[in-house]
Amino acid sequence: MSYTLKLRIWRGDKDGGAVEDFPVEVSEGEVVLDAIHRVQATQAGDLAVRWNCKAGKCGSCSAEVNGRPRLMCMCRLSDFEEDEVITVTPMRSFPVIRDLVTDVSFNYEKAKELPSFSPPPRDADGKRRMAQVDVERGQEFRKCIECFLCQNVCHVVRDHEDNKKAFAGPRFFLRYAELDMHPLDTHDRRELAQGAAGLGMCNITKCCTEVCPEGIHITDNAIIPMKERVVDKKFDPLVWLGNKIGIRNKDNDGRTEV
Amino acid sequence: MATTDHGVTSPGRAHIEARTLREDRWWLAPLTTFVVFSAFVVYATVRAFMGRDYYASPYLSPFYSPCLGDCVEGASDFGQPFSWWPLSAALIILIFPLGFRMTCYYYRKSYYRAFWLSPPACGVAEPHSAYSGETKFPLILQNVHRYFWYAAVVVGLILTYDVFLAFRPMPAEYAVGDGETSGVHMGLGTLLMIANVVFIWLYTLSCHSCRHVVGGRLRHFSKHPVRYKLWTWVSKLNGSHGRWAWYSLFSVALVDLYVFLLATGTIQDLRFF
Repeated sequence: MSYTLKLRIWRGDKDGGAVEDFPVEVSEGEVVLDAIHRVQATQAGDLAVRWNCKAGKCGSCSAEVNGRPRLMCMCRLSDFEEDEVITVTPMRSFPVIRDLVTDVSFNYEKAKELPSFSPPPRDADGKRRMAQVDVERGQEFRKCIECFLCQNVCHVVRDHEDNKKAFAGPRFFLRYAELDMHPLDTHDRRELAQGAAGLGMCNITKCCTEVCPEGIHITDNAIIPMKERVVDKKFDPLVWLGNKIGIRNKDNDGRTEV
Repeated sequence: MATTDHGVTSPGRAHIEARTLREDRWWLAPLTTFVVFSAFVVYATVRAFMGRDYYASPYLSPFYSPCLGDCVEGASDFGQPFSWWPLSAALIILIFPLGFRMTCYYYRKSYYRAFWLSPPACGVAEPHSAYSGETKFPLILQNVHRYFWYAAVVVGLILTYDVFLAFRPMPAEYAVGDGETSGVHMGLGTLLMIANVVFIWLYTLSCHSCRHVVGGRLRHFSKHPVRYKLWTWVSKLNGSHGRWAWYSLFSVALVDLYVFLLATGTIQDLRFF
């Protein structure tokens, strides 16, 4: 069963733009990206939109649907009333290139600032070993598809452009946490996370978790544990004393600060 | 084109003037939080400064437990080391549960959104022109949360002890019917205190700092199987930390209100046995 969707799309570039009306025929079971493609095919051949897998796994079609950061391919039209107006805009935290396409290179720059995994020498038989329970801990973090919706919704940079230079954002706090929990990593990234990456700027309002299409508990399982690890390193005199007199466990031994 | 040097209208970003294009009732959650938290703060402040009607034997209000100041007879089960304290006895100990909640990761999320509008909701621009998060004084003090958690464990133990005391026989003036009988007592107040202490423990043990302390700080779960098991239990509780925060907020106020109504003679305790 088809109906005419009242679709509005932001069109423009860095010099300006506006939301325009594109009433379009849609069918049951379709998603917002289907409607965008139909507009592109029938009404606006030059409409710019980034997409790839249409299955919520490539993280390309990030945009904002009625003001909420979403993957357009995972945003079902059946979640809206048939007479409801749906407004699609590009992500509002990143520079716009054209129409729905934004320049997300901020995220790649932040990725470069994060020291990569640094394993110890291999065992005598040439292998490295981890217990299964330690492997499982990081699996949730590896579900990230780098759609950057969490980076987009985070008010630290969304509402404060000047914070971008000092703030890595939730996607990379996820990576900091994953590496800090990794039993084989030899780097200690806690000072770096708090300093250069700006972990202290996060006020844990959990929007990153709310918008994550992979359902990763970014705040509870990555950011807050990472904040607690930073407290161990920087703000807890008892932990400091325990390390000094040798009564803390040796779980962090063998790591060097980066 | 009207642009600013910060926020969603920064140069280079898609030019959209509206602070948000959300059309759902995004304001409802922060407004509810604002109203309920404000009501609790007003109520708790009034009760904490009253300095009376906090004990109706055998029930002691959680706002005054332990009662370490110049408290009424029967209320001080841990002595009165601060009997010289001129103000309400609640003010001596409330810093601990208050500090625990103020620095709690869940409450922080809630009050940053509801009171400071930073942000009011996801995808809704905040009104502030500058933002430094928790990097400067006073918000950098949020990092002491684990110390308040240690204190909260002690408070939880004391409130649990209060529940046992709430089974004590009641004196005649509060008793129903023919007066006090021998043996244990249980009334509606006991039941409320049990519910309260259960919620308090669920809230305390589901804390993110607790999760870190019991096992989260480890890098090798495999080398610490007991701590790993504890961590998995706390992690399960932690998933509902916000719920326990709300339930325990209501329960602690309700127990205090019940004790207040008993102490002022407004109602009589409903006796089960």
